[in-house]
Amino acid sequence: MKTLFSADSLRILVPAFSLAALLAAVFYLQPRTMSYMGLNLMFNLAVPIALATIAQMLIIAVNDLDLSIGAFVSFAACVTATFLESDPLIGLIILAAAVGVYALMGVVIYLRNLPAIVVTLGMSFVWSGLAVLLLPSPGGSAPEWIRAIMTSRPPFVPMAIIASVLIAIVAHLIVMRSSFGVVMRGVGGNSRSVERAGWSVVKVRAMTYALAGTFAVIAGIVLVGLTTAADANIALRYTLLSIAGVILGGGEFVGGRVSPIGAVIGALTLTLAASFLSFLQISPDWQIGVQGAILIIVLAIRLLLNRRERREKRA
Amino acid sequence: MTQLVSIYRSRWIWSFVAAAVVWTITVMFTGGASMVGLTQAAFTFAAFSIIVGLGQMFVITLGPGNVDLSIPATMTLSGTVALKFINVDASLIVPGFLIAAGIGLGVGLANYSLIKLLRIPPIIATLAMSFIIQSTAIWTNRGLRIRPPQPLSDFAVGFTFGLPNLAWVALLISALIYLLLEKSVFGRWVIAVGQNMRAARLAGIPVDGVRCLTYVLCAVLAAICGFFLASFSGGAALNMGAEYLLMSIAVVVIGGTSVAGGDSNVPGIWGASLFMFLVVSMLNTYGFDAGYRMIMTGIIIIGVIIAASSRTVRI
Repeated sequence: MKTLFSADSLRILVPAFSLAALLAAVFYLQPRTMSYMGLNLMFNLAVPIALATIAQMLIIAVNDLDLSIGAFVSFAACVTATFLESDPLIGLIILAAAVGVYALMGVVIYLRNLPAIVVTLGMSFVWSGLAVLLLPSPGGSAPEWIRAIMTSRPPFVPMAIIASVLIAIVAHLIVMRSSFGVVMRGVGGNSRSVERAGWSVVKVRAMTYALAGTFAVIAGIVLVGLTTAADANIALRYTLLSIAGVILGGGEFVGGRVSPIGAVIGALTLTLAASFLSFLQISPDWQIGVQGAILIIVLAIRLLLNRRERREKRA
Repeated sequence: MTQLVSIYRSRWIWSFVAAAVVWTITVMFTGGASMVGLTQAAFTFAAFSIIVGLGQMFVITLGPGNVDLSIPATMTLSGTVALKFINVDASLIVPGFLIAAGIGLGVGLANYSLIKLLRIPPIIATLAMSFIIQSTAIWTNRGLRIRPPQPLSDFAVGFTFGLPNLAWVALLISALIYLLLEKSVFGRWVIAVGQNMRAARLAGIPVDGVRCLTYVLCAVLAAICGFFLASFSGGAALNMGAEYLLMSIAVVVIGGTSVAGGDSNVPGIWGASLFMFLVVSMLNTYGFDAGYRMIMTGIIIIGVIIAASSRTVRI
């Protein structure tokens, strides 16, 4: 019981319970969603959001904030729908270069002691501009292979669920279990002591940003696999969704305290909130408003639980 | 001479230098034909960024992690509700303005209650709040575009002594903010809190009251700006605040206010706002596509921030 309610497990349990409660409410309102197809439809679009949320989480783990994720995922989606489809080699080179720019961004922010919020806001213009140049109007087409993966129908468990679990496991292994993940969270916790201990903070931050860029690129590719086409604004709302997802999933803005599994759960919760509303037949006007409300409610629950836990510790 | 050196050393002068350079380049390109028009347009559009920028500046001065992401939503809501209330009736302009300011007051109080009661980082609190405000705005707007009454729109697009009326409004607000920041106890308290919250608390400063008032001030300024922007552009649009999220943060940082908090700068906001508008119109004058224009804007923002940072020493 004690370990179940420790601060660390609470970090995961609260988002997990929130997701379960929301899912139960959706099943109650619309029992037909309790099926292979229903689940797949509800969580399909959560997969790219989950990937973008992991990317945001990596940046938050080193105490920065990326306000360009939405624009970057849109850019990656545009590259996928154009070059990656017609000339896969050129497409891959462009995407690799974009990841390189991410790494460079991480280095510049650190070396020049720049505010990450402003640099990434500036970069969001650059990515949006590039995306507009690639696809001035919605269009393009998805590469066959990603379309095949995203529409595949594995037995028993829908693709959307498998993909989400896979993302959570991979991110968990990288961030919580690998030595790189430990150093990365160390940079978020206390950058100076990591440096004193002989690690290169610049290198760690470059790798973190590159990793975040990689996850965001995959988010763009997956998104095109689902939608079969792209446009320059396709993922702009991911910026705010990804931040909300990380916090919903138990991450903190500072100190390198993040939870990859929680982040994926957070992304799923936010996506499910939209379906929940349509089943309640609330007008779509309130869709984003309720996402905000859910965010506030979950944070309130977390506060209450943390408080009780502290009281128990004292007793 | 010493005065000259002190001006050279002050950070805000660079934003004016940059604005002047861009202005000169643009005017030279058009052969001097656009001199008056460009200057007037620059002051008109800069006025909006100045008003929201001043609010954001106060919030950012409170220290790391303090930023108000609800500005665009607040602008949209106040513009929508105020014009809906006025309903093209010139006698209701003043009550309409007060309603806009009241919405700002409400949003600011709600923002800070979330920050305080749920102990969540301001970024996430204002983000969640902005989702709710945005939904409320969509709900009240219903796709209608109510025109501002004639006297109000005449005022918003009019000129006095060669300067746009809105620039005079921005100047008046800037003067008040300058006095509030530099000459009032409240202003000193904000700066003290931004430099070291713990020390400020120990020194007996009512930290919660100061932070609460700051968020209220920022939201009220955003609401006022939304009111004028809606009057200026012939009615409120749901996405009218969107670009002011980046703008409000960018003008604060380019204007020389420290992102680390505790050090703000009113004149710099003017230079930075003029600069931001002039860059866009310069790129327009050269006939760049929307894509290239966005890329250039992003690169210039980042370039300015990197250039500004080279004079700060990394601690």
